[in-house]
Amino acid sequence: MNGQLNWFKGGLLLGAAFLLAVAFVKPIGVSTQFVIADGIVWNLFSDDIVREDPASKTGYASPNSYLNKSGGKYAKNVANPVNYSFIFIIAMVAGALLSSRLGGPRAGVPDRSAPEVWRQRFGDRPGLRYATVFFAGILVLFGARLAGGCTSGHMMSGMMQTSLSGYLFAAGAFAAAIPAAVLVYTRK
Amino acid sequence: MTIVLAIILGLFFGFALQRVGATNPQNIINMLRLKDLHLMKAILFAIGFSSTLLFLLAGLGIIDAGHFSVKSAYTGVILGGALLGLGFAVAGYCPGTGLAALADGRKDALFFVGGGLLGALLYTLVYGSIKGSWLFDKIAGGKVMLAAGADKYQALVPAVPGVLLAGVIGVAFMVLAWKLPDKA
Repeated sequence: MNGQLNWFKGGLLLGAAFLLAVAFVKPIGVSTQFVIADGIVWNLFSDDIVREDPASKTGYASPNSYLNKSGGKYAKNVANPVNYSFIFIIAMVAGALLSSRLGGPRAGVPDRSAPEVWRQRFGDRPGLRYATVFFAGILVLFGARLAGGCTSGHMMSGMMQTSLSGYLFAAGAFAAAIPAAVLVYTRK
Repeated sequence: MTIVLAIILGLFFGFALQRVGATNPQNIINMLRLKDLHLMKAILFAIGFSSTLLFLLAGLGIIDAGHFSVKSAYTGVILGGALLGLGFAVAGYCPGTGLAALADGRKDALFFVGGGLLGALLYTLVYGSIKGSWLFDKIAGGKVMLAAGADKYQALVPAVPGVLLAGVIGVAFMVLAWKLPDKA
């Protein structure tokens, strides 16, 4: 495919990204930031979802037990969106944009609604694709939060550190994903 | 300073995801239905290569071993992984690649991210009633790693030097990446 790196060069580049992140700051993770983004919006409409609390470890607390977890860690990041992990995610989208503008692989017009493998199986029905992907998104992020991380945090960063949780996560994810993909899209 | 690093490292990561083809759901779906293992090879190579270097550089003191951050292992990790796997297979997106795919101008990625925000909100709302349940029963002590490398975390195989064990696992990943066929 045009602009796409082969597995070796691509693997080197991807591996370097994960290694540099842990060398300079900490392992890469993405899915927590969906919670932070929700919290930021919630905080716009609520006066008490996140409040300063000198008694808490981070100085912030929330009546919601998830945002209040680990001494109010998420509550603190909701209150201060300009923090490392949240800015990292925004920069990640910008980095992808940079790559696509500087000779990276480009998505054709039909591919922007649904990938070819979807269109071959279900036809040109963008509405069906959008609805399905929306529900898939709910599953993916609910699952990632239950697991405490996603493909980046658990699988890539986790297995890089040889953490047991990374291997368990990868086993659970592929044990479900491979049969599901074969069932939905077939092997043809 | 950490914000500058967030920008540089985030740009680099997003660039890598796009350039390797991970923002294209076609590549993810074809990997998962075992038709085109290009991305699987890249992922295995990335893990093997970064892991080997990480333990080597941390062992030499060049990388601060305090930067290791090992997540807890509990029942919900496997179950949550499986839920994620189902959505991952149908959509062809995971949280990181779904966001980065917005930069490709992919409209389906926008719906994925919207669903993701709702899924994360649902979890935030139900967490209070499931915390303390069997879902969070720790496995093998929770925050553990196979190889010794960071004092903060217990190693499951403490008898073998961490650099050696991580090196063997890392090289195995790289060899697997090299040997797997591109197209199946």
